Amino acid sequence: MSIDVVGRLTSAPADAEPVLRIEGLSVDFVTDHGWTRVVDGIDLSIPAGSVVGVVGESGSGKTVTSLAAMGLLPSATSKISGSIRVAGRELVGMTDRELADVRGTEVSMIFQEPRRSLDPAFTVGSQIAEVVRRHERVGRKAAWARAVEMLDAVGIDDATRRADAYPHEFSGGMCQRVMLAIAMVCRPKLLIADEPTTALDVTVQAQMLDLMREVQQQFEVAILFITHDLGVVAQMCDAVNVMYAGQVIESAPVEDLFLSPQHPYAQGLLDAIPDHRDRSAPLQAIAGAVPAPWDWPDSCRFAPRCPHAGPECDAGPVPLAGAAAESTRAVRCVRANDLVLEGITG
Amino acid sequence: MRPLLEVSDLVKTYPVKRNLLGRVRERTTVTDRVSFTVERGETVGIVGESGAGKSTVGRLALRLIEPDSGSIVFDGRDVLGLSRAELREFRQRAQMIFQDPFSSLDPHMTIREAVGEPLTIHRGLKGMERDAAVTDLLARVGLRADQLDKYPREFSGGQLQRIAIARALATEPDFIVCDEPVAALDVSIQAQVLNLLIDLQRERGLAYVFVSHDLSLVRFLAHRVAVMRKGVIVEMGPTEQVFTDPQHAYTKTLLEAIPDPRAHFLGRRAEAGAVRAASAMVGTAKES
Repeated sequence: MSIDVVGRLTSAPADAEPVLRIEGLSVDFVTDHGWTRVVDGIDLSIPAGSVVGVVGESGSGKTVTSLAAMGLLPSATSKISGSIRVAGRELVGMTDRELADVRGTEVSMIFQEPRRSLDPAFTVGSQIAEVVRRHERVGRKAAWARAVEMLDAVGIDDATRRADAYPHEFSGGMCQRVMLAIAMVCRPKLLIADEPTTALDVTVQAQMLDLMREVQQQFEVAILFITHDLGVVAQMCDAVNVMYAGQVIESAPVEDLFLSPQHPYAQGLLDAIPDHRDRSAPLQAIAGAVPAPWDWPDSCRFAPRCPHAGPECDAGPVPLAGAAAESTRAVRCVRANDLVLEGITG
Repeated sequence: MRPLLEVSDLVKTYPVKRNLLGRVRERTTVTDRVSFTVERGETVGIVGESGAGKSTVGRLALRLIEPDSGSIVFDGRDVLGLSRAELREFRQRAQMIFQDPFSSLDPHMTIREAVGEPLTIHRGLKGMERDAAVTDLLARVGLRADQLDKYPREFSGGQLQRIAIARALATEPDFIVCDEPVAALDVSIQAQVLNLLIDLQRERGLAYVFVSHDLSLVRFLAHRVAVMRKGVIVEMGPTEQVFTDPQHAYTKTLLEAIPDPRAHFLGRRAEAGAVRAASAMVGTAKES
């Protein structure tokens, strides 16, 4: 399967409003160290109908970014600044009620552990129908019919009968299909998938990824795909944003990221994919560990772990060069122009 | 020479249904006649999906759980027939590393105590001697001496796993069962822990059973691999052979399901020989 990245990215008119446009998004949380910035100036946009990945390690801010895009961060313990526009509507500053209207119809989300997201006390059919009834003026019967139709669309056999089953009667992979049905039943324009296959076995993961591709095309939905797994990114995404310590450090069409990355951290992630062809060489590790948010340096945040770091890297904050919204590539590295990184090899 | 570990026909079942009187009416089989050997200095990978019984096999091999039937021979001795005292000696030589290092270390013990404990119990070391051994072990896994009096919560996942490895090494084992040792760690940290395991094997001739759901890791690390499904080893052989020429349909299904970015972007087929796309050569790493 090959993905025509360029074709997909250029198929939409250049001035068309992207499905998701995040500009200068920062999020602060209350921690033991007081108000702490955990997401710092994210710019990210997703053209209609495309699949855009966000990769990063734990603590990079990828999940917080996605929760912000769903309007799901608790207002009492978090502060959001910047702009999040979903299908042209600004989410920052919306009331809870307005947000609840947007969720499901414009944007919806699936999570890592599908079983925890489903209510064990209700049949899966009723949990799908409930979403329809919340957003549309339809009767019980019509809503139920939509639920059955959706279960069928996500590949659940004998949907009429299975709609009456409870979550515990489904396997993990089947629960994730149900979650996808709930997410898609009101035809949102954007689906946020936060590590949707991480808890699944590899064969089930493959089926789920195929299904998401099908759903994406059938429903013409754009997907924000959050994962730590570069293999999944390679398979699923048209473009990808790499996050490190609360910032996007590189943004590129997926093939460019794998074949000619511009940020040393992106190269480090590629090197860490084990290559069985050269087993005499040690695995390439990135030295050190991801710093905690209160230990983030003002200058390049990756510099302490970077094999290419020089004195210029400590000079001050590094901007994301080549604004993500305009060009197809951007990188946050002062040495980007004089580094030649080899990308994935083997 | 006999293999270091020989397990034969291991069967483990658990009761699933009982009648009114508490008698077991139905049992489920989690491992079914599992047999394999591990040589000195060798890594045997056990792969499979959740519920395949791979972790159970790891635990059975160390007699952390008792099999219903079958035999385990370690260095020529019948492990299932060992007395209590002999079992302690066996545990000194055969250790285990778990997936979640945080829950396998006592939160109330400093790292010095956690790593020192097996030194006292198994090797009788005390005081200065013990302290020196602890410092050596922790230095070997890459921790500084000034971190010795900290508690587990003060460390990151990768550091904790290295501490757990140091603790396992304290008894000078010949054999370690690694049960998903890097599954809970970030990608960039996984490599640090795996490299440590590989280096230690070369230095000390350790044998590993490496249990993992991650086939690409197992392919990188293991000399031989066993593929498990529903409690049964469906295929076992030299790693490259199993990966390049799988015989069992299930092994093929598993291999096809792994996302392989190299195959994807470099046109390299996971199952075919070394095909290296010329277009993949985007220059070598250099700095101008």
